Amino acid sequence: MPDIIFRDGSIRQNQWNVVQRPENGEALDIPTQQRVLIPADLWVENRERFIGNDDVGAWLDSHDEPEILADYVNDLPMIAVNFPKFSDGRGYSSARLLRERFGFKNELRAIGDVLLDQLQFMKRCGFDTYELRPDKDIRKAARCLNFFSQGYQAATDTDLPLFRRRAS
Amino acid sequence: MYVYDEHDRQMAVERVAQFRDQTERALAGELAEDEFLPLRLQNGLYVQRLAPMLRICVPYGMLRSVQLRRLARITRDYDKGYAHFTTRQNIQLNWPNLEDVPDILAELAEVEMHSNQTSGNCIRNTTTDQFSGVQSDELTDPRPYCEIIRQWSTFHPEFAYLPRKFKVAVNASEKTDRAAIQVHDIGLQIVRNEAGELGFRVHVGGGLGRTPMVAPVIREFLPELDLLTYLESVLRVYNRYGRRDNKFKARIKILVKALTPEGFAEKVEAEWAHIKDSPSRLTPEAIDRIKSYFTEPAYAILDNATELLAQQRFENRGFDQWLKYNVDVHKKPGYAIVSLTMKKTGTPPGDVTDRQLEQIADLADEYSFGEVRVTHEQNVVLADVRQDRLLELWQEIVPMGFGTANLNMLTDIICCPGGDFCALANAKSIPVADAIQRRFDNLEFLYDLGEIDLNISGCMNACGHHHVGNIGVLGVDKKGEEFYQVSLGGASQHDATIGKILGPSFARDDMPDVIAKIIDVYVNKRTEEESFLDTYRRVGIDPFKERVYA
Repeated sequence: MPDIIFRDGSIRQNQWNVVQRPENGEALDIPTQQRVLIPADLWVENRERFIGNDDVGAWLDSHDEPEILADYVNDLPMIAVNFPKFSDGRGYSSARLLRERFGFKNELRAIGDVLLDQLQFMKRCGFDTYELRPDKDIRKAARCLNFFSQGYQAATDTDLPLFRRRAS
Repeated sequence: MYVYDEHDRQMAVERVAQFRDQTERALAGELAEDEFLPLRLQNGLYVQRLAPMLRICVPYGMLRSVQLRRLARITRDYDKGYAHFTTRQNIQLNWPNLEDVPDILAELAEVEMHSNQTSGNCIRNTTTDQFSGVQSDELTDPRPYCEIIRQWSTFHPEFAYLPRKFKVAVNASEKTDRAAIQVHDIGLQIVRNEAGELGFRVHVGGGLGRTPMVAPVIREFLPELDLLTYLESVLRVYNRYGRRDNKFKARIKILVKALTPEGFAEKVEAEWAHIKDSPSRLTPEAIDRIKSYFTEPAYAILDNATELLAQQRFENRGFDQWLKYNVDVHKKPGYAIVSLTMKKTGTPPGDVTDRQLEQIADLADEYSFGEVRVTHEQNVVLADVRQDRLLELWQEIVPMGFGTANLNMLTDIICCPGGDFCALANAKSIPVADAIQRRFDNLEFLYDLGEIDLNISGCMNACGHHHVGNIGVLGVDKKGEEFYQVSLGGASQHDATIGKILGPSFARDDMPDVIAKIIDVYVNKRTEEESFLDTYRRVGIDPFKERVYA
């Protein structure tokens, strides 16, 4: 499995497997002995089975509404948000809602078409870890996470926009 | 105007370093073309028909003389010695080299300029009335709000990959709307409520392009402190629910229409309820801080120079016409607002040479406290000229080519770069503008016609705002040949209207005749007081159709 980038730029081994949505009619096949992320709606459907299991998290696709997890966020050890294409920006809103509105405290991960130049935006929107597309140079991640020393707006990383920081 | 503090400066420098890094990776083959695309677009860099094109941001149209001089130097050092004023108050270079762009951006950052978010599917430059702060009928100066929006939208982490581009415009006058706010994704009209509090009427979902629409009102009154949280709510609803499956249906206007304005407003209100009291809510101190950069310059205490001007006008017919058409009333006695027209026949509308940029800078320093404004009609405004120096100014600008007294006349054409430069264009637009300007070269006749907006776009994307021209011209491609479709009755101010298509399109060579026939109908049908638009609205499109297609 490819390594994972942390928000501080460090690189660690990935321990989580993304379980794809089963084809029509097929049962959800969860590998044992592994930590897994399953489609969020399926996690919700089967939540009685998963709550309390720190080896089972959920992933949201870009068109999924994070609202479906609103009542359970902190029952999940990890939520991942999929970027099917890096130019699909819905995942940024999903991340902020999970963090700022639903109060998700555990690990939030970006998966899918995750490239270097979007990492800092992802960090600001509350993602902790990033599964970089394997053809990209993971050693450049730390630099790309820190092109900017600050931002104008409030986001998940700071609730103080620059106009309030300027005033203090 | 706004001056950077250490935070703005730091982020500007960091942005240049970021784009340098991105450009190096692109040139080294580490970024695929489609991966580099949004990065370069969000730094204003297009790859065009003949060369890259760099669109430099002029926030809400304001420029200082030092910035104009730097632009002139950049056009000399990195380009072919000229630049182009766009229809969104920005400036474009047509011939930079891709590998030079980081250096150009570094030079711009030194004078507090940038090209951030001048293209791409993000929040673009916020535009406003070029007479902001100097006209007497505005509720308040809209520029501080534009600057507040600029800062909020710059590098916004949530909204860098929207379904499509997003344009905001602000207007503060009850009588005029020079910013054409109702054809923007968000149009903010500054208003006072019954309690006398300042706020905004919020229009969402206007736009030109393939599906032109006038923006409906989704909130009658938004208190000023709530500006950013409300914008954030609109953008979040759009980012989440705007269509991403079809580029031509991805603008917010399509979402507003699909949900209905009421349905869209409900979604925004529901979102806003969660964040309206967050720390992103503006504070009076934050607004005052920005306003402190837009204070009045050191005006002299003067009386209106009525007698002097009357005498000068009497003695000089050319000056008289220029004063009548290109000079507007200023809120301060003894001052005037001067529009320099960049529409001299023989020069593409909006084009300026490096030398002209420097001349404009000199004029700004000499006559107008060192500042100018770029207009969406592609002209340049000196906003604070003493009335007793108008004659002197006019004598200087006529030889420079800025004194053509055709402001808002038929030949003050809004025109995109078209097929001569732009990769998107279906047809050339500049030669059409030129041919029309040549046909109507008699100023007396133009004055008799009065104000007529003639807008030309080389394609559906409507950079030349053809839908809202009283006469609109759209370049279309028919089996590889260039044709031109004409529409009538468009308007961009408070009475914003999308023009109606006259009928089948015309060959380029026929265009001056077609326009002449349209003008003919107006001249024959008008009553004494009627403008072109008035007559059109009264008699409808049929008499024009009959004459043109006879």
